[in-house]
Amino acid sequence: MGRRRLAEPELVRRNGRDGLTPRPYRVLGPDGSLIDPGHRPPPLPVVLEGLRLMLLSRCFDRRALAMNRQGRLGGAAPGLGQEAAVVGSALAIDPTRDWIAPQYRELAALVRHGRPLASVVAHSLGQTDAARVPDGVRVLPDQYAIAAHLPHAVGLAWGLALQDRDDVVIAYFGEGASSEGDFHEACNLAGVVRAPVVFFLQDNGWAISTPRSAQSAAATLAGRAAGYGFEGVTVDGNDLLAVHEVTARAVARARAGAGPTLIEALTYRLGVHNMSDDPRRYRDGRSEADAARLDPVVRVQGYLHLYAGYDDEGLAALEREAEREVEAAFARALAAPPMTPEAMFAHAYARPPARLLRQRAASLGPPGNGSCG
Amino acid sequence: MRLTLVEAVRDGLATAMAADPRVVVLGLDVGRLGGVFRATDGLLERFGPRRVIDAPLSEAAIVGSSIGLAVSGLVPVVELQFLGFALQAGHQLGPQLARYRYRSRGRYEVPVTIRAPFGAGVRSAEFHFDAIEAMFTQCPGLKVVAPSTPADARGLLLEAIRDPDPVLFLEPVRLYRRGRQEVPEGERTVPFGKVRLAREGSDVTLVAWSAAVELCERAASELVGRGVEASVLDLRSLVPLDVEGLVRCVARTRRCVVVQEGPLTGGFGAEIAATLQEEAFGTLAAPVVRVAAYDLPLPAGVAEPWNVPDAARVVAAAEAVLG
Repeated sequence: MGRRRLAEPELVRRNGRDGLTPRPYRVLGPDGSLIDPGHRPPPLPVVLEGLRLMLLSRCFDRRALAMNRQGRLGGAAPGLGQEAAVVGSALAIDPTRDWIAPQYRELAALVRHGRPLASVVAHSLGQTDAARVPDGVRVLPDQYAIAAHLPHAVGLAWGLALQDRDDVVIAYFGEGASSEGDFHEACNLAGVVRAPVVFFLQDNGWAISTPRSAQSAAATLAGRAAGYGFEGVTVDGNDLLAVHEVTARAVARARAGAGPTLIEALTYRLGVHNMSDDPRRYRDGRSEADAARLDPVVRVQGYLHLYAGYDDEGLAALEREAEREVEAAFARALAAPPMTPEAMFAHAYARPPARLLRQRAASLGPPGNGSCG
Repeated sequence: MRLTLVEAVRDGLATAMAADPRVVVLGLDVGRLGGVFRATDGLLERFGPRRVIDAPLSEAAIVGSSIGLAVSGLVPVVELQFLGFALQAGHQLGPQLARYRYRSRGRYEVPVTIRAPFGAGVRSAEFHFDAIEAMFTQCPGLKVVAPSTPADARGLLLEAIRDPDPVLFLEPVRLYRRGRQEVPEGERTVPFGKVRLAREGSDVTLVAWSAAVELCERAASELVGRGVEASVLDLRSLVPLDVEGLVRCVARTRRCVVVQEGPLTGGFGAEIAATLQEEAFGTLAAPVVRVAAYDLPLPAGVAEPWNVPDAARVVAAAEAVLG
């Protein structure tokens, strides 16, 4: 929990062929102090809730990675290093009315929006039925085809507007996704129909092993918004308060009928892409060490220390609480009844073809029933 | 009422929109122009721009956004201008739309209908009309429907719009204006997964769907002159497939020719032949024969009709299975 005051509060990126460095919007210095002492921060409970979610995410990552190495858990995409971007944005939307279209690295946002942590754990365990998003929780399915959920998010936002509701959709994706056609088509349509959608792009520096520099020659990805006829903004994605603020502004604009916003949050994936990734093969430890100096959790802890009187013991207590919550979620998920082969046949259709019903009966009957027609 | 096939589609759309305010139509040129084939003519005037929506030229966004529109509570009916361009939206149509319900474990239903005109015979520009329907039968979760008559087009379209599952609704361009037929009014639908016996004969069954049904009917008329009575079986829907109806009909004639307008290899005709081999082998007096386009890209220009099956090829195949 050591807090160091750094001389250069910089997450340096030299993007684009022109070598321009984007100037992200920022509220907190690397030690958690307000860069502008006159800046009005959000109420303390919001920051505390933010830290709770960030710690939850970090504890989940640790636990999931450990279980994966023991062969007890399949896939998971750790959020290590990106917690401020994920949580700051999620805190700016209303779970009772707004929607999240996730990619797959936004655990804390989903939990804040009402998806039980145990259901996320269940997903990592391969228990897809237990991982079902409960009715009433406004979260779309995780998306494993990069950028494919962006047109869905636009359609959802557009549909809500067509029905005169003023609910907003936030879509999460990465800088890699911004190279996909679906990103372009979704942004273009969103601009044309002024869909109430917030495109939340987390540039974490790496699409598996592909660096940001190989992804786009543009200095900023937020700059692309101009080509679609809406606003783009670049924010320090490791700054909880800055992310919260720019997202709240984008959500308010969308709610008021002013259309989409593209938020580019500059952050850094401190850990692995997924459980089978090995970053040592494509990046040296230096960039990680540099990025770790801007650890988003440390910054929020610093903020609470400086402005709310939290000492190391108080902060450690928050961390223990997160550990307990993650522990309980894993226990719940592991104790849940496992999925059955019969359940595999459910939900492909509301009205399944007779042929599929025959296949189901054959699969569940005695072995050796040759024809499955 | 007596309608052409394209009029029946239009009337079906209007009927569905009038019956259910959640139904919206979107696609390229569907509003002011009324669709390149005029299938949506008059809908904009009648239902307004919030329900009849001209979209940007962006197939993946059109199909992809229809998933979100459905989640928001609407019932989207998408017009893909030409089936050939369905592959521009390939991932959204197959993996995304088809399995949205499955991968959300039933949390989200996406009652989207994707209408797509297709098939050779109108001498159009390249790519537009490729008969690639078989590809979409490999997308579990998606229903694939292919009417061949005005009455079926209207009834199956109403069923597609009402069905809670996503449906790819294939319209035979060549038959859009071929003739009028008495079409029932009201909201009566035609169910999926029930074959239609278009013509009854005892010697051989010609199995087809969409425009190839009309081709088979012409072939059957020619066969009469050669002393052969052919049944023509219209599958109507490829997914769900009416295995029982297919087997029942072929068992009566004991001989079968399956006709498709797409290339031979990997086509849906192979599925029919394999199904009959599994389910009706004992009733067959001869191997099932396929008539298909050659394993070539659909040629542009004057070569197009040389590639796509014609009545003469169907007649020859029928005579071959009769020995």
